[in-house]
Amino acid sequence: MAKSDKKSKPILDELLKTPTGIKGLDEITGGGLPQGRPTLVCGGAGCGKTLLAMEFLVHGATQYGEPGVFISFEEKSEDLSKNFASLGFDLNELESQNKLSIDYVHLEPREIAETGEYDLEGLFIRIGYAIDTIGAKRVALDTIEALFSGLPNESILRSELRRLFRFLKDKGVTAIITGEQGERTFTRFGLEEYVADCVIFLNHVVSQQIATRRLRIVKYRGSAHGTNEYPFLIDRQGFSVMPISSIGLDHPASTERIATGIPRLDAMMGGKGYYRGSSILVTGTAGTGKSSMAAHFVDAACKRGERCLYFAFEESQNQIIRNMHSIGIDLGQWVDQGLLQFQNARPSLYGLEMHLVVMHKAIDALKPGIVVVDPISNLMAAATEAEVKSMLSRLIDYLKMEQITAFCTDLTSTSGSLERTEVGISSLMDTWLLLQAMEGSGERNRGLYLLKSRGMAHSNQVREFILSDEGAQLKDVYVGSGGVLTGSARLGQEAKDKAESLEVKLEIERRQREIERKKAAIEAQISALHTQFENERDELERLIAKEKQRCETLDSENLTLAKARQADELSTQQGSTGKTRKGDRK
Amino acid sequence: MSKKTNAENEPVQDANKVAFDLALSESNQEHYVLKLYIAGMTPNSQRAIENVQKICEEHMQGRFELEIIDIYQQPNFAKEGNIVAVPTLVKALPQPLRKFIGDLSQTEKILAGLDLRKKV
Repeated sequence: MAKSDKKSKPILDELLKTPTGIKGLDEITGGGLPQGRPTLVCGGAGCGKTLLAMEFLVHGATQYGEPGVFISFEEKSEDLSKNFASLGFDLNELESQNKLSIDYVHLEPREIAETGEYDLEGLFIRIGYAIDTIGAKRVALDTIEALFSGLPNESILRSELRRLFRFLKDKGVTAIITGEQGERTFTRFGLEEYVADCVIFLNHVVSQQIATRRLRIVKYRGSAHGTNEYPFLIDRQGFSVMPISSIGLDHPASTERIATGIPRLDAMMGGKGYYRGSSILVTGTAGTGKSSMAAHFVDAACKRGERCLYFAFEESQNQIIRNMHSIGIDLGQWVDQGLLQFQNARPSLYGLEMHLVVMHKAIDALKPGIVVVDPISNLMAAATEAEVKSMLSRLIDYLKMEQITAFCTDLTSTSGSLERTEVGISSLMDTWLLLQAMEGSGERNRGLYLLKSRGMAHSNQVREFILSDEGAQLKDVYVGSGGVLTGSARLGQEAKDKAESLEVKLEIERRQREIERKKAAIEAQISALHTQFENERDELERLIAKEKQRCETLDSENLTLAKARQADELSTQQGSTGKTRKGDRK
Repeated sequence: MSKKTNAENEPVQDANKVAFDLALSESNQEHYVLKLYIAGMTPNSQRAIENVQKICEEHMQGRFELEIIDIYQQPNFAKEGNIVAVPTLVKALPQPLRKFIGDLSQTEKILAGLDLRKKV
């Protein structure tokens, strides 16, 4: 099956596509507009039809080497040149290079009278001539419906229009025909009847005083296409569509870890920090240090040489830089080095989709490693909760695709539950840090919890979050019989603990000294006894010696006496002495 | 058509109207520069040529210039003359510029448009 598919593919006359060169549009159309066929672009006034058509031609001329013909029914060529000069398109230059031809077809009903049968061959010849002169591959007709107001006979017009589109197809040009939106139809005069290959609908909706532009491919014969409404943006670079909702859940997952900028926080996450490409959410009530955490993260990333993009919805760039100086972080140097870029905008400046598009554009331009959104809760001012959630999920999906680490802060109101984000996006986040004000003993301190951190071991401990001149620090909170203590209460308790432990230490030392003393005393006693014993022994030995002396003296006296008595018991006496000696030896 | 033109001119101030009527009466003597744009010799083109020649001969004898342009052969003229429909007869002079599209078979309409018929 698969094999035959592969084989048959080149044989199949597949629909060729002409790239528009418009960012995003080629993605959702799967390569561009149907080649050699007309495409209808319709929408209300001021929704960007002319711009889309002109960009199609200009990109064709400049990027794809396909000259284009612009037939304008509404604006003079000089006006067009002026209008597009503001977008950086030099139409005159392109015209002089024969890459673009602009023809202003003007019908003034006042000076025209119908006097019999006619056809629109004049227009055909003009278009055909312009195409042949520069070898155009692309044609834009803007807005052909002007013919309906210029020419009275609608039935002739309709049959001629049908012929015109056939004529364009025969010419082999890829055409864009613009049409004004009708009440019930896509175009006021039902052009969609004739141009049925591809219909693109542009929309410009104002909701809560905020305008959002959207684009939708209504129909694309012979091709798969994105069917959603895609937000688009018209800015100084022209037209860009964001195919944001088309991103699926198949983004890569990096195992690389990046430092949080706060060493102790790294330690809480197994000593390594966040995963690259993950999404980090910091929630907390006002003034709990969310932006400071963001600044730390940015600072650490810039030190590693990564580029960072900071979307600030509350503060200006200068204000953030100044404020972060107070905790010892110099973000200004990174801005100067081009590593850090701020995008400051009030959420109500434009619609949510527009914000997303602007963010996309900025991200694409800078290609940052880290994106900070501070705070996401402010976007609520621009739209409803569901819209914000959808927008953020698309943003995060996109960032994950690009392996960009997202750092979002979220301001939670004090009234609601803390473990709940205003926009209900916590489930999208990989790592969730909660900063909480801890009130007690007449002061407010900041506590940091690591609510979740997907795919890594992380500490379950509450830490006290302290902002000092040297930056943010995390301290263990005091957990004891008196509950969780922070701030000066913690310091007080710590001092008390210190005093207690000191006392214990002193006690131990005292005991030890007592032992020493006792030992010394006993040793002194022992030595005294020893001395006494020595003395007594000496005395006894002296007495023994004395006795011995006396015994010997007695013996010798006895001997002398015996000698003197001429006794014959010498031998026995001697024998007895020998015996005594033997006994001595024993 | 003539009625419509009249209706449009009504809000014009009286002084202007007098001048307009004067100009209108004088126009009968004016010199005409006409251009007929056709695209090949289609039946429409042929009829248009016949009709315009007839009108010129009958109503502005000796004081007209008629140029017939085939935009098949000279396509650049189509852009110059800002031609959309063919056949188109352009009255370049006298002012104001007028365009008559079609095979010029509705003679009355053309005469009124060329100011060759006084309005009743």
